[in-house]
Amino acid sequence: MLDRLMLVLILSDLAFLGVSRFSAALSLLALQGALLGALALAAHGSASTERMVLLALIGLILRGVLFPWLLRRTARRAEIVEERNPLVGFAPSLLIGLVLLGIAMTLGARLPLRTSPMLGLVVPASLFTVFTGVFLVVARRKALSQCLGYLVLDNGIYGFGVATVGNIPALVELGTLLDALVAVLVMAIAMYRLREEFDHMNTDQLDTLRG
Amino acid sequence: MNPMATAWLEIGLALLLAPLLNSVISRVKAVFAGRQGPPLLQPYFDLAKLLRKGAVYSPTTTWIFRAGPILGLATTAAALLLVPAGRISAPVAFPADFILLAYLLALGRFFTISAALDTGSSFEGMGASREAHFAALAEPTLFLGLAALARKTGALSLSQILPAASPLAPEVALVAGALAVVLLCENSRIPFDDPNTHLELTMVHEVMVLDHSGPDLAFIQYAAALKLWLWSSLLAGLLVPPVAAAWPASLTTTLGVFALAGCIGVVESTMARVRLLRVPHLLAAALALSAVATILVVR
Repeated sequence: MLDRLMLVLILSDLAFLGVSRFSAALSLLALQGALLGALALAAHGSASTERMVLLALIGLILRGVLFPWLLRRTARRAEIVEERNPLVGFAPSLLIGLVLLGIAMTLGARLPLRTSPMLGLVVPASLFTVFTGVFLVVARRKALSQCLGYLVLDNGIYGFGVATVGNIPALVELGTLLDALVAVLVMAIAMYRLREEFDHMNTDQLDTLRG
Repeated sequence: MNPMATAWLEIGLALLLAPLLNSVISRVKAVFAGRQGPPLLQPYFDLAKLLRKGAVYSPTTTWIFRAGPILGLATTAAALLLVPAGRISAPVAFPADFILLAYLLALGRFFTISAALDTGSSFEGMGASREAHFAALAEPTLFLGLAALARKTGALSLSQILPAASPLAPEVALVAGALAVVLLCENSRIPFDDPNTHLELTMVHEVMVLDHSGPDLAFIQYAAALKLWLWSSLLAGLLVPPVAAAWPASLTTTLGVFALAGCIGVVESTMARVRLLRVPHLLAAALALSAVATILVVR
């Protein structure tokens, strides 16, 4: 069951690499948030405490509902629809993604982690999500895509944490969630200002200072 | 009945019913569009009409042009002998027969493309180029997917792979998804090519056969129907669950094939054709599905 969930996570990462429209990418983000929430709820089965369930639900609401909604609002207000000519095209991105998946699978099988064998695909899938996030940040032009990449990266780290640590202290967990929330808020506002100021969101054109 | 007789019965069924798949697709599309649609036997009437007519050959064409339709039909029919109908194994089955299957189809495509180029028409050349392009991109998907299935089931012949693969296994589901995309591409169905289009600039498969007439065109249309049957029964063999053991195996597979034709009709009614430049993206996505299945299997 957990393996199926993780398979969907892997496929959603690949879809992230292949889609150009932000509406589709934001739906994928919501899907990933829901998947990770389900993972956090299911990973420890009956051993999970009330506190863990509560934290998982907060994470689910933030990652699955709030972040996609905030970014969707930003995209609508800034009137951007899709990523045009990214630094690495969509089909090459997919192929690179497959190579990254292979690396994640080998790493996931070799890393000396003390995880329960029940978790199976969770570690490789989280690693792959981290790789995908980093790749999206590097290979896309629009600020919104890079923000999405950051959130995918965050999703991967969260999945990794659930798999390896399990019982994360509430303070740490809430702290990271708050950080991510603030980051998304700041990025959403920054993107909107960027659009107001320069009429575009291509970060590669923002590399010279104007006096 | 002994297995060999059942296998040949399946082939006879395929030869007889293949044109009906097209009428199922057009009937579904007609229902979606609120039309009545052509009669179910229309493809047979068309074939009979074309076979009665004479063929017209342009003086610039050579024997390659005349050989194209015949070899296309011959290779497709030969390829059909390798495809099992669900749990019924194919009349011809040996280890790694899927490689022969893929390259028999490629041989047929080679002759169709040569015949198109032989006419010297620029439109046909364009269609031929596109057909070769898409086919080259669809091939790795097919092989990766079948390799994943072979590894998963530990068998090398299609007739052993398909009955052993359970559609509930995630790898098999991924490969089935990839093969569904390849099916649409190989048979020039809608996200890739519109079989009903009449604008030469955008046609892919249809533009290659513009100059064929009479019995030659009948051969081409019949070969296309057989090819659709072949791919559908490959996919149906993967998807139709082996639960219906009480039912005759041939019935379940045939029903699966027609259900797939219905699905193609739904896809064609609800989807628009993608731009030519986006077709490689779609095929790359199918390749990704196959590759994920392969990675999962060898993990």
